[in-house]
Amino acid sequence: MSDVTPLRQRRAKAGEPVLSARGLRKEFAGFVAVKDVSLDLHDGQIKALIGPNGAGKSTVFNLLTKFLKPTAGTIAFMGQDITRLDPARVARLGLVRSFQISAVFPHLTVRENVRVALQRPQGLGHQFWLGLGSLERLDARADELLADVGLTEHAGHLAADLSYGRKRVLEIATTLALDPRVLLLDEPMAGMGHEDVGHVAQLIARVAEDRALLMVEHNLKVVADLCDEIVVLQRGEIIAEGDYATVSRNPQVREAYMGTAYIEDGHG
Amino acid sequence: MRGTEKALVALGVLALVVAPFFFYPVFVMSMLCFALFAAAFNLLLGYTGLLSFGHAAFFGGAAYFTAHSVKVWGVPPELGLLIGMAGAALLGLIMGLLAIRRQGIYFAMVTLALSQMFFFFCLQAPFTHGEDGIQGVPRGHLLGFIDLYVPLNMYYFVLAVFLIGVFAIWRIVNSPFGMILRSIRENEPRAISLGYGVGRYKLAAFVMSAALAGLAGGLKSLVFQFATLTDVTWQMSGEVILMTLLGGIGTMVGPIVGAGLVIALQNSLATSQFPVTVVTGAIFMICVLVFRRGIVGEVIAFAKRYGSR
Ligand SMILES: Nc1ncnc2c1ncn2[C@@H]1O[C@H](COP(=O)(O)OP(=O)(O)OP(=O)(O)O)[C@@H](O)[C@H]1O
Ligand SMILES: [Mg+2]
Repeated sequence: MSDVTPLRQRRAKAGEPVLSARGLRKEFAGFVAVKDVSLDLHDGQIKALIGPNGAGKSTVFNLLTKFLKPTAGTIAFMGQDITRLDPARVARLGLVRSFQISAVFPHLTVRENVRVALQRPQGLGHQFWLGLGSLERLDARADELLADVGLTEHAGHLAADLSYGRKRVLEIATTLALDPRVLLLDEPMAGMGHEDVGHVAQLIARVAEDRALLMVEHNLKVVADLCDEIVVLQRGEIIAEGDYATVSRNPQVREAYMGTAYIEDGHG
Repeated sequence: MRGTEKALVALGVLALVVAPFFFYPVFVMSMLCFALFAAAFNLLLGYTGLLSFGHAAFFGGAAYFTAHSVKVWGVPPELGLLIGMAGAALLGLIMGLLAIRRQGIYFAMVTLALSQMFFFFCLQAPFTHGEDGIQGVPRGHLLGFIDLYVPLNMYYFVLAVFLIGVFAIWRIVNSPFGMILRSIRENEPRAISLGYGVGRYKLAAFVMSAALAGLAGGLKSLVFQFATLTDVTWQMSGEVILMTLLGGIGTMVGPIVGAGLVIALQNSLATSQFPVTVVTGAIFMICVLVFRRGIVGEVIAFAKRYGSR
């Protein structure tokens, strides 16, 4: 698809990064899963975090969003030190993540899934004395978000009944309902059919226009098409950084990805 | 579906209104107390996804508080119930604060341990009168003029409290707050990632569940006119779990049906030579194996399948 129309205009980074991590380290009972990882994310930028299985990508996500406490290192978000905040607080500030394993609310309807995300920003989280009718004013916005990702006809279905690809799409719609400043997507396209991958890539390109985005993705074609910069992680360490061409020429990366077609034939 | 649901609820309420003319009122009242207890418990297990193994503390604790305040302080029954509820809510707050950070089976174990501590407190504290319990609790006059010693007056008072309690639970479940509870039950990390401080939501649900379980316990002490150690034992915590699972977790009616069934069983077995616990245990095993969703859960699933065809 990149051969015909580029998915997006690459942006030059400028100014202060919105998200900035320095010297992140995470140990699990002596095992070092993440070692001295530093990265910056700028507005309008799409960055990819790639690396073999077990490299520590999801752990980095967990550290950035505070689902795990770093053993060492600092994280700043919009100039504020968030190293010690709890994950819900960080999400409220506008740093929102998705999960590697599809994370929907299975026994809520598709519309309710999105509405749950809208409730808190609208101050409708704690009213235990109001009826569900009080949430109807969120439906218009929820339906708009669902229309955006092409889930309109499924709005009334249980999320559990969606196909895997649609669940992932619903997750993105739910995340977007928060209108986050920075979006962290952990393998948003894993397990999706070819067609869905194209759709979601376009969706991601569109939503990244006015925010920063960091994604873990194994599909290197998607990465090449979508991302301005790539960070390669191996055994918890960053072994290469830069645009696709630079990274794919790196001998260490080529070795780590031995046998992976895209890198081998120098695609991009 | 909405229409039939309403009709079924109306039918159920009607059945309860005429029930004392067909059954022994104290028997139906004890069913209603346990049904409210199970419904309150289900607010936590079915709608928040927290398995408490300590709910007897709230049920039995409130029974003591209500009984003591009515008998010793001489407060009217409606105030006695509120005192029982407030006491249970306070207990719930303390237990919740200590347990809420734990997950899954650890949460159940912490609640069990804390409720056992409360059991020993009740065994030792002078106002509970140890093994004897608080006996001869007066029912008094509701609002000062309705004599609750008149069996039918008492029955309709209990029915009204039961309906108010169940309505409160229904309202909490079907509210903006209830939606967040359900999302926490469905996927806690996801709820956190949407910015919800899930600890506070769980704690609030825990306190509400404790208060409503307390309402049921206080009511029971007025019905039977005594409060005993039986209601604070861990077996009572187990019984409410059984009732809820039997009827169907996460449904409004399930725990009510489950409680009714267990109480009816205990009642009919009390005079036979079968050991009650063995029979209820066996029935529970069979139900869990055959009706995985509980009785009401299976009925709803069947109705849905049938309805969509
Ligand atoms: N909670 C944990 N406790 C112990 N070890 C962990 C924990 N989480 C991750 N690890 C270990 O840390 C390493 C990195 O895991 P991580 O999930 O971050 O890898 P990943 O790059 O996301 O891999 P994948 O591509 O398979 O998703 C792995 O060896 C994993 O076993
Ligand atoms: Mg991962």
